[in-house]
Amino acid sequence: MKPPIFEYASPSTVAEAVALLASRDGSAKVISGGQSLMPMLAFRLAAPELLVDLKHLKNLDAISIGEDGVRLGAKVRWCDIESDARLAVSHPLLAEAIRHVAHYQIRNRGTVGGSLAHADPSAEMPGVAMTCEARMTIVGSAGSRIEAAADFFTGPLQTSLQPDEILTEVHLPPWPAARRWAFLEFARRKGDFAMAGVALHYDLDGTGRIVDAHVGVIGVADRPIRLAAVETMLNANRLDDKLIAAASAKARESVDPPSDIHAPGAYRAALVATLLARGLKKSAA
Amino acid sequence: MKSFNSYIGRPMERVEDLRMVRGRGTYVADVNRPNQLYAVILRSSVAHGIIRSIDSSEALALPGVHRVLTAKDFGTKVPVIPLRLQPLPQLESFHQPVLADKKVRYVGEPVAVVIADSAAIAEDALERIALDIEPLPAIASRSQAEAKRAVLFEEHGSNVAITWSAFRGNADEAFKMADYVRRETFKVQRHAAMFMEPRGFVAEWDEVAGKLTVWGAAKTAWHNRRTLAAQLGLALETVDLIEVDVGGGFGSRGEFYPEDYLIPAAARIVGRPVKWTEDRREHIMSANHARDIECDVEFAVSRDGRFIGLRGQIWADIGAYIRTNGSVGPRNVAQFMSGPYCIEHIDLKSSMLTTNKTPCGTYRGPGRYETDFIRERMIDLVAQDLKIDRVELRRRNLVADAQMPYPLASITPYDSSTELDSGDYHAVFDRCLREFGWDERSKLRGQLIDGYYHGLAIGSFIEGGAAGPKEEARLVLETDGALSVYIGSSSVGQGLETIMAQIAADAMEMSYDKITIRHGSTSYVKDGYGAYHSRSTVMGGSAILLAAEKLKDLIRKTAAARLGCTAEQIVIDGEQAGFGGEHLAFAGLSDEPLEVEAEFFNKKYTWAYGTQAAHVAVDPGTGHVKVVDFISVEDVGRMINPLTLHGQAIGSIVQGLGGAFLEHLVYDDEGQLLTGSFADYLMPTASDFPNIRSITVELKPCPNNPLGAKGAGEGGLIPVGGVMANAVADALSHLNVQPMELPLSPPRIWQLVERAEAARSAT
Ligand SMILES: Cc1cc2nc3c(=O)[nH]c(=O)nc-3n(C[C@H](O)[C@H](O)[C@H](O)COP(=O)(O)OP(=O)(O)OC[C@H]3O[C@@H](n4cnc5c(N)ncnc54)[C@H](O)[C@@H]3O)c2cc1C
Repeated sequence: MKPPIFEYASPSTVAEAVALLASRDGSAKVISGGQSLMPMLAFRLAAPELLVDLKHLKNLDAISIGEDGVRLGAKVRWCDIESDARLAVSHPLLAEAIRHVAHYQIRNRGTVGGSLAHADPSAEMPGVAMTCEARMTIVGSAGSRIEAAADFFTGPLQTSLQPDEILTEVHLPPWPAARRWAFLEFARRKGDFAMAGVALHYDLDGTGRIVDAHVGVIGVADRPIRLAAVETMLNANRLDDKLIAAASAKARESVDPPSDIHAPGAYRAALVATLLARGLKKSAA
Repeated sequence: MKSFNSYIGRPMERVEDLRMVRGRGTYVADVNRPNQLYAVILRSSVAHGIIRSIDSSEALALPGVHRVLTAKDFGTKVPVIPLRLQPLPQLESFHQPVLADKKVRYVGEPVAVVIADSAAIAEDALERIALDIEPLPAIASRSQAEAKRAVLFEEHGSNVAITWSAFRGNADEAFKMADYVRRETFKVQRHAAMFMEPRGFVAEWDEVAGKLTVWGAAKTAWHNRRTLAAQLGLALETVDLIEVDVGGGFGSRGEFYPEDYLIPAAARIVGRPVKWTEDRREHIMSANHARDIECDVEFAVSRDGRFIGLRGQIWADIGAYIRTNGSVGPRNVAQFMSGPYCIEHIDLKSSMLTTNKTPCGTYRGPGRYETDFIRERMIDLVAQDLKIDRVELRRRNLVADAQMPYPLASITPYDSSTELDSGDYHAVFDRCLREFGWDERSKLRGQLIDGYYHGLAIGSFIEGGAAGPKEEARLVLETDGALSVYIGSSSVGQGLETIMAQIAADAMEMSYDKITIRHGSTSYVKDGYGAYHSRSTVMGGSAILLAAEKLKDLIRKTAAARLGCTAEQIVIDGEQAGFGGEHLAFAGLSDEPLEVEAEFFNKKYTWAYGTQAAHVAVDPGTGHVKVVDFISVEDVGRMINPLTLHGQAIGSIVQGLGGAFLEHLVYDDEGQLLTGSFADYLMPTASDFPNIRSITVELKPCPNNPLGAKGAGEGGLIPVGGVMANAVADALSHLNVQPMELPLSPPRIWQLVERAEAARSAT
C-alpha cells in the first residue's frame, strides 16, 4: 500500500494553486487534510500526477460568524468546529453533526472543504450543507463563482468542481435563536460513516405551526438529499405524534437506498424513518 | 529457616511491557539487513481461473526492479505446503502450492514475486505485469459447491474434500426413543484473526556459510523450519528461524503460508537479503480465514429435560486449499459440540467444502466458537419448547464432578478420543449466576427502557488445551548466578516471558529478577512445538519444572564435590547450596555454566471450563445491541498470573463480541472479496464493549501435568456468539425473534424484528 509516484507543490496563494491545477489538464489534485485522499492513493484508486497542497494558503481557516450566518473557510478542521463554543448558539445543527465525524486523529486533520469536495454520500458536512442550503465559494482559472449546495453535489463522490477549481469557503445562512432542529445518525461503531442520518430544522409561527421545514438525509442516495415531500407534510402543521408517524412513513417511502455489503436498501429506508421520528421528537423537547 | 518462593499466582507485571511501551519492541518491520531488497507479491484478482501467461517485461524495465519470480523460477514442481495437523494422505491433493502454477483458486493467491529496491517501486512494478487469467466459474457458497458449478480440484471430482465423523453411543436409537426432538439450521459467518501487526519476513542467505536466516517466525517455528528446509533441500541445521516481537497471533500468525517459502527462496535466488511486510489489504485476503460454517442439527431430549442425543451435519467452507491446520476448525465443531453437557449419543458429520475463497485455518477457539453458538442456541430453543427454565435446563445437563473423567465424542478419520479431565461445572455455573446477579436482573427481561429491550443469557463452555506431544526446556545456571531458560514455546504476545519466569523462579527457588527467558530461535533448543491450542504455559511450564529438578540435582552434585559431602546432603535455599555450616552461592558455584535439558510429554488435553452471562439492550428501530454487562467465570486449574490471564480473557471476549456483532468477510457470487479494508471489515474498537468482567477460579487442578494448570488463552470467546444470540432472543422474546445466524448485525436484527412483526400482524 504505497502511493504511486506523484509530484508535490505547496503554493502560497490561491491564484498559484489554481494555476498549478490548470497546468495539468485534469491530472492534478488538491490535497487538504489528506484523510480521504491518502487512502485512495495508497489503494491506488487515484493516481494524480501532481498534488497541490493547500497548507500554505492563508485566510482559509477561519470560522466567521455574523449577521449573515456562518462562514467556514475550506481549511477549517473538524476539531476547530468542535472547539468553537460560539457555534453551539450560532449553528447548533452544524456543531452537533460534526461531533459524529470520524475519530480523534482524523478530526485533527480532516477539513470542511475536503469533505465537501470529496462528497461522500454518507458524510455529515455535505448533509448539513444540503439541509441548510449552504453556498460554496469556488475559485478557478475563470474567476470565482458561488454555487448552491443543491447544484454542487452531482453524484457519488462527484461535485460541480472543475479540475482547476478550489473550494475556498462555505456559507451557512443565519440561524434564528428559536429555531427547532435535530441531527441524528446511526453508525455501526463510533466514528464510522453513518448507515443513515437525518438533519432537520424548522421554525414555528405565532400559532405554533411549523414553517420552513428542512429535512435532509445522508447515506441513502448517491449524494445528500432533501426530502421535499416530508417538508411539505410538516409545513403549516403542528408537530404531534400523528404528524411524526406520518412524516416518518413518508420519509421511508421517499427514499430508495441501494443495497450494499453493509445493509439492504430497505434497512436504510427504515432507518431514515426511525431517525426522522426520533429527530422530530427531539426537536420538540 | 527455609525461604519460600511464591511467584506463581501473583499478578506480576509483564516483563515485556516496559520495552513495548517505550517503543523498544522489535517487530519484523524493524529488522533491516545491509544491502536488503524488498519483495511485493502479485496476487490473483480472479477467484478461479487458468493462468494463460505472465509477462513481466514491462515490470523488469522499471528502474530499481531486480527480479520478477514466477512459478517456473522454483523448479519443475512448485513446492506445496504440507499439513501440520491431521496430515491425512487423502488430503494431499488439496495442499496449496506456494505460488500458483497453472490455476488460481482464490482472490489473493500469490502468482509472482517482485524484488526491487523499495516496496514502492515493487508496487509500481506490480501494475506493469501483464497477467492473463482465463476465468472459470467460481464457487463462493455451499450451494454452488454442492451444485458443482465448477470443481476446484478436477482430479478429486467433488468440492467435498473430506467428511469428519464424531460419534458416541448410538444416536439413531436415542432419537427413536426420545420424547422430544428439535431440529434447526445455523450459520456462522466467515471472519478471521486480525492481529494488529500484519505478517512479515526478512530472509538472508549466506552463500559462503551455506546458511539461511529468517526473521519473523512465530507460533510453530520448529515445524516451519523443517518444512522450509525440506522444500529448499537444505539441512535442518543450516536454517535458523528467528522470532521477534509480534503484534498478536490468535492462531493465524506463524502457520506456514506461501510467503514463508517465497521470501527465503527469493533471498537465496537474488543473493541479497529480502524483506516483505504484509499490508492490511493483503492480510485480509491472504492470511487464514475462519469459522465459515453452516449446520443442520437435532437435539433429542427426554421429557424431564435431559439431553440424550445429538445428530446432524455441518458444512465448513474451508476456502481454496487445505493449509497447515485447515481441518482443525471443522473437526472441532463436530467433536466438541456437546461441550460441558452430558450427551451420551452423538452422530455428527462435518464436511469440508472447497470454495474459491481464501483458505481457512485456526482462529482462537477454532470450531469451538462456532459449535458453542449452535449448542447454546439449541439449549435455549429446547428450554422454550419444553417450558423448562433455561438455567435449570443447563444445570440438569452439565457434567457432574462425579462423572469425571467424562469422554467426549470420538472423531474419525485421523482418529482421536479425549475426555474432560476434571471440574466442578455446577459450582462455576452457580458462581457466575451469583456474580452476575441473575435473579435480580431477571426483572428486566423483555422490558422496554428508553427505547431498548433488555435481555439476559447464560452459557457454559469447555476449553481444550495443552496439545502434545511434548515441549522442551533447557536451563542454564550461568557462572554469575543468573538463570537462562531456553524454551521451545513461542511468544505471540500472551506474556510468555513473564509466566515462564514465574514458573522457573518458583521451581528453582530463585529471585524472579535473575531469570531470563529465551525463546526466540530455532537454535535454542533441539525441538519445539510452539504456541497453539492454549498449550504454552502447560507444556512449556511443565518442561521447565522437569528441567529445574534436573538442574537442582546437578547443583547438588557440583556443590557436593566442592564441599566434600554427598549430593543428597546438600540443601538448596536462597540461591545457595549448603551442607553443614557452609554455603556456596549459585554465583560462582562452578567455573562453567551448569546446563540441563528436559522434555515434558503429554498426550492428555487439559480442559478448562467456565460459564458466561450477559445482559444486553436491543434497539428494535436500528437493530443496535448494547452489551450492558458481561461476565465470564473460568476455572483454569492453577493460575500462574492473574494479570496476564485476565488480559487474555478480556481480549478474547472482545474478539468473540467482534465475531458476534461486527466482523464479516463478505464475498460476492464470483468469489470477489468485498471487505478488503478496515473500513468495511469492522473490528471492535475501544469504545464498543466497555462492560466486561472476568473472574478466574482454581477449583480443580489438572491431574495430568505437574503444574496443575489448564490451558486458558483462548477461552473467553468460545461461547460469546451463543450467549449474545440468546440474549438478543431474550430481549425480543415478545416477538419470538430467534437469531440462527451470526453476525448479529443491526440490519439482521432489524430484519428479524420486521419479519416477526409482520408474522404477528398476519395472525
Ligand atoms: C477512518 C476514517 C473515518 C472517517 N469517518 C468519517 C465520518 O464519519 N464522516 C465524514 O464526514 N468523514 C469521515 N472521514 C473522512 C474525513 O472526514 C476526511 O477528512 C474528509 O472527508 C476529507 O477532508 P480532507 O481535508 O482530509 O480532504 P483530502 O483527503 O485532502 O481531500 C479529499 C478530496 O477533496 C479534494 N479537496 C480537498 N480540499 C479541497 C478544496 N478546498 N477544494 C477543492 N477540492 C478539495 C481533494 O482533491 C480530494 O479529492 C473519515 C476518514 C477516515 C480515514
